Amino acid sequence: MSDKVSPPGPREAVATGEPLLVAESLTKHFPVRGGFPVRRTVGAVQAVDGIDLTVRAGESFGLVGESGCGKSTTGRLLTRLLEPSAGRILYRGRDITHASRKQFAPVRSEIQMIFQDPYASLNPRQTVGRIVSGPMEINGIEPPGGREARVQELLETVGLNPEHYNRFPHEFSGGQRQRIGVARALALEPKVVVADEPVSALDVSIQAQVVNLLQRLQRELGIAFLFIAHDLAVVRHVSHRVAVMYLGRIVEVGTRDDIYGRPRHPYTHALLSAVPVLGDGASPRERIRLTGDVPSPIAPPSGCRFRTRCWKARDRCAVEAPPLARADGSAEGHLSACHFPEPPATADSGGAVRPGGRSGTAGQPGRG
Amino acid sequence: MWRRFKRDRPGVLSAYVVTFFFLVALAAPLISKLYGKNPTQTYGLDEPGLLNEYGYPVKPNGGMSGSFWFGLEPTLGRDVLMQLVYGIRTSLLIAAAATVLCVLTGVLIGVTAGYLGGRTDYLLGRFIDLLLAFPSQLSFIAFTPVVYSLFVSPEKETPTYLRVVTLILVLWVLGWMGLARLLRGQVLSLREREFVEAAKVTGASPWRIISKELLPNLWTPILVQSTLMLPSFVTIEAGLSFIGVGIVEPTPDWGRMFANGAHYYESDITYIFFPGFAMIVFVVAFNLLGDSVRDAFDPRTGR
Ligand SMILES: Nc1ncnc2c1ncn2[C@@H]1O[C@H](COP(=O)(O)OP(=O)(O)OP(=O)(O)O)[C@@H](O)[C@H]1O
Ligand code: SF4
Ligand SMILES: [Mg+2]
Repeated sequence: MSDKVSPPGPREAVATGEPLLVAESLTKHFPVRGGFPVRRTVGAVQAVDGIDLTVRAGESFGLVGESGCGKSTTGRLLTRLLEPSAGRILYRGRDITHASRKQFAPVRSEIQMIFQDPYASLNPRQTVGRIVSGPMEINGIEPPGGREARVQELLETVGLNPEHYNRFPHEFSGGQRQRIGVARALALEPKVVVADEPVSALDVSIQAQVVNLLQRLQRELGIAFLFIAHDLAVVRHVSHRVAVMYLGRIVEVGTRDDIYGRPRHPYTHALLSAVPVLGDGASPRERIRLTGDVPSPIAPPSGCRFRTRCWKARDRCAVEAPPLARADGSAEGHLSACHFPEPPATADSGGAVRPGGRSGTAGQPGRG
Repeated sequence: MWRRFKRDRPGVLSAYVVTFFFLVALAAPLISKLYGKNPTQTYGLDEPGLLNEYGYPVKPNGGMSGSFWFGLEPTLGRDVLMQLVYGIRTSLLIAAAATVLCVLTGVLIGVTAGYLGGRTDYLLGRFIDLLLAFPSQLSFIAFTPVVYSLFVSPEKETPTYLRVVTLILVLWVLGWMGLARLLRGQVLSLREREFVEAAKVTGASPWRIISKELLPNLWTPILVQSTLMLPSFVTIEAGLSFIGVGIVEPTPDWGRMFANGAHYYESDITYIFFPGFAMIVFVVAFNLLGDSVRDAFDPRTGR
């Protein structure tokens, strides 16, 4: 793998930390159609239901949640692949919520995406060269030295042999294909990259390599990443800040240390307990097993959406949806959406108070 | 792609055969000049001693000889080789024109329906169903005379070019749906693939997505379908002329040679042999060519 990374583009520089991509009560409901004999809208899949998040320049932001909680939908909304049902999307202060393809064109290239499935995300009929140079062609970018040279440089950047320019995707392994996808995303010198579970389709042995590649790119090119993953383990090493999603809502957001060291939301605790603790020979963390299935996003529970699986649920949780706010004892910017937050500690946060009385299983009422 | 194709021996051979047929069709007047005969002259009637009293060739094998290579047509005594060459010309012209029109229409409608989806797709889908509901063989027979009568009043003689145009029209109108439906399905599944989203993320226009992302993935079905379509149009056209609703005398036609051959086969089997053999070779070669082209186009088939 080469360590040579080309410098970021000559476009307007962004100050690190400046809010780049902002979602305000972003919502996406997919209509459910049915009925006989007349088909009509009978309901809606509330895939994303009013989320707020901010991706700052140069940072790596992790978005974590179980399958089906709306992570991909969020990513597709932010890259404008889907039309939001409500809410706003701001890119560097500009409202791009409903921007048409033409209106969006000036900033299009700054927001790019890496896809989950390395087999479906590359056109089988195009060579690697065409795949990676396509974005430059579409946006009329003529890099000094020509597109071919630039593509070869990009291939080298992502750790591929530049001589594979004329090969077809099917000649590559999953990990290599994902690198091609990364090279394509980099071709436009983006400022934000939404990476939708970029490694979950890959072999475990390859995952780390690709994660390291993304991390290196993020650091060296100063690109902001929205890194989507379905468990907290993958995100841990790459993210500065992490948001945890459950059933279309963000339940907790904070810095990596906040989330991994001082989580407040019961769901975050449950997710964390599933992350294997490596290294320390200490007793393994007790696993919180969530009982029950994730409720259907067509008819989510009233109040707190987690209440059907929460071991701390009380009457109030069914009536009142907990706002995403700073809980007592949380650091600045560490927000959680729970009426009865857990004490700010986990088993491996060093001398911390452990939530009392927890046994191996969750879902028993009246604990804590 | 070209190199892959060249390594495929049956493919190259059938390409030569198919090209040969098209060359024959194109160069018919030239062949006529070199051969020194034309398709309409009734040599058997003009020169005594070629046909017997019943109208059959005197010489064995349908009258094959140094001057009439494929023999003579019974009754009228026209030259079979020239009839066949010009017949192929007529049939291929009609089939090729109809194929081109059908492929263009099929691609346009299929891709539009698949890509736009929703209402457009629904309406186009029902329209396709409607046309597919016609029993095609019967419709060809039934509609061809109707279309003729649209162009010329029934009392008058229909000019040959109008018959050709009509046949092309009928084949076109009833021939494109299969391809359209196939492509619609393909586009429907392709447009959900992530590489289409990837193109959208980089700002690709719908036109670019269709032409650069989707169409390259559709060449295989398009080619395979059109290589099936062309020979099937040749046979349908032959069938129509056989029945008598296609091309009529005196224009030479491949299919009508079968009709005549069926009259004469008991006494003169040679007459039907040449057009029949030529048609079989043509259809088989065309289908083989289709297979080879498909393999050559698909980068995943290892060669
Ligand atoms: N186009 C669509 N039409 C209808 N429902 C959809 C559509 N796309 C997603 N959904 C629904 O929205 C919900 C969220 O889907 P999404 O793909 O965002 O989940 P995810 O968190 O990315 O899951 P995964 O980890 O499996 O990728 C799911 O219930 C899904 O069925
Ligand atoms: S609000 Fe209630 S139900 Fe929801 S997570 Fe907190 S305690 Fe559990
Ligand atoms: Mg997903």
